[in-house]
Amino acid sequence: MENTARVKSEEMVGRIDGRLMKNKVVKGIFLTATIFTSIILVVLLYRIISQGAPYLSWDFFQNFASRRPEQAGIKAAVIGTLWMMSVVIPTAAILGVGTAIYLEEYAKKSALTRWIQMNISNLAGVPSVVFGLLGLTIFVRVFGFGNSVLAAGFTMALLVLPVVIVAAQEAIRAVPNELKEASYGLGATKWQTIYRVVLPYAIPGIATGSILAFSRAIGETAPLIVVGIPTFVAFLPSGYLDSFTALPMQIYNWTSRPQLEFHNLAAAGIIILLGVLILMNSVAVWIRNRYQAR
Amino acid sequence: MKTTNKELSPVQQLLEKKYNSGFLNRSEKVIPVVLFIMAAVSVLTTLGIVLTLIFETITFFGDVSIVEFFTAKEWYPFSGTDPVYGIWPLVLGTLKITLIASLFAIPIGLAVALYLSEYASARTRKIMKPILEVLAGVPTIVYGFFALTFVTPLLRQLFPSLELFNAISPGLVVGIMIIPTIVSLSEDALSSVPESVRQGALALGSTKWETASKVIFPAALSGILASIVLGVSRAIGETMIVSIAAGSTPSAALDLTSSLQTMTSYIVQVTTGDAGFGTTIYYSIYSVGFTLFVFTLLMNILAQFISKRFREEY
Repeated sequence: MENTARVKSEEMVGRIDGRLMKNKVVKGIFLTATIFTSIILVVLLYRIISQGAPYLSWDFFQNFASRRPEQAGIKAAVIGTLWMMSVVIPTAAILGVGTAIYLEEYAKKSALTRWIQMNISNLAGVPSVVFGLLGLTIFVRVFGFGNSVLAAGFTMALLVLPVVIVAAQEAIRAVPNELKEASYGLGATKWQTIYRVVLPYAIPGIATGSILAFSRAIGETAPLIVVGIPTFVAFLPSGYLDSFTALPMQIYNWTSRPQLEFHNLAAAGIIILLGVLILMNSVAVWIRNRYQAR
Repeated sequence: MKTTNKELSPVQQLLEKKYNSGFLNRSEKVIPVVLFIMAAVSVLTTLGIVLTLIFETITFFGDVSIVEFFTAKEWYPFSGTDPVYGIWPLVLGTLKITLIASLFAIPIGLAVALYLSEYASARTRKIMKPILEVLAGVPTIVYGFFALTFVTPLLRQLFPSLELFNAISPGLVVGIMIIPTIVSLSEDALSSVPESVRQGALALGSTKWETASKVIFPAALSGILASIVLGVSRAIGETMIVSIAAGSTPSAALDLTSSLQTMTSYIVQVTTGDAGFGTTIYYSIYSVGFTLFVFTLLMNILAQFISKRFREEY
């Protein structure tokens, strides 16, 4: 009797050991996957920085594209991206915030509203290259903007619009009801309440989400290719209907050339692109942390 | 306002007058209309996409037989004398890339999500979250560069028979690109399972792995499946990585080691070159874009269906 009990409890201890062991092994596998993911990022950044950093010079910022790698620069692409963003930011911000205000403050809970909302979330899942086809047909051909800053800017604005809308909706929803009621109580109209109470409170949240959306527009390449933005440009745009090139287009062009020197230039371009994105993200995080505290 | 003035005090009368005629009243009426028009832009965008794709595809089918499009096993548009437009090689190319990406990203993504939600300390989570955010924010052109200049040469050292343009390298890198999507959405789903459920399982003597695999994972399944479907949908629509690293040879072979073309990279190839407006090749990008749009739309609807239909309520 005593013996069988002892055997049984030993068996049980053995089984528990096995189960704990299994837990440890699985945990080890999961941890390895997590470390592996971080290593990918480190390798990616290390490769690009070590390859591109030697090519970052004052001349690189000053020069236009060139067939000779030692003379090639990124000036047209940087300025072009700035031009494009000067279309994307106001367009996407105004339309995005306007839509969010409508959906959160004015729209009745009707089938139409639900449908608009569903439409926005589906739009966010449409591949960027398909937005390029929309831009090519509507802005380049139908509106006759050509392969211009305006056509590319509007296409990008539509691409990031769903992200801006959702971010603005969340920020507006987070405004405490008491604030709005106090405003109405003082005799303010609906629009006065939205303009003077809701928006100022929601602005940091809207800004954080929008900056992240705009940084996506800076890095997107496919829609620019499809609307026909050229890669080899040796001039700066002087108006919104002018042709231009942008940072990711220049990087794409250098990457698709077989010579190693051009790959190094591409890496240098990527450093600048990632630098801009990190800067924008830091601003977004800074705004979030600063205003979350209140 | 129908109320007679007699019932109102002078101040009220004044206010009424101001409201009825003034700027305030007008803006209160105009602003909702303006905002509605802004909201309509996103609906018009969807409509624009659908109509553009449909009309240009119809034009395309004026030149090319729809039967050929679905049944021909060859995509050979640049032949001057005898072009063939069979979508299958491009769909197959997309499927190859998506399959490799999924096989790579789903296990790793789920492992990271389970580690972060079930095992990791608050400190580890705090370190990993920004890393994943950065990975998610890296533009795909950068991943494409990484695939061509790092992953492909590395793989070719290991397998010398691999060609410069192949399915494996871009497939893996597309996988890297969708890992953050899978991790962050799955982790949200896992973390939203109530703590009491977790503690109940642990109190019954389960190990953390038993709790995670038998209790938490099934409870979060809908969110996890939705995250996978969304990740796969992004892989299908991914353009730059495949344009740079997968080549531009539409291929109906099942081989993964040689150059191929996806639906997205065909659109890029045509729009980078000078296919003149109005040619059959020009319209073919819309038929390919339409096919791509249908694929991703179905995936997104599937994701929404899964997360609604199988949601566990607590």
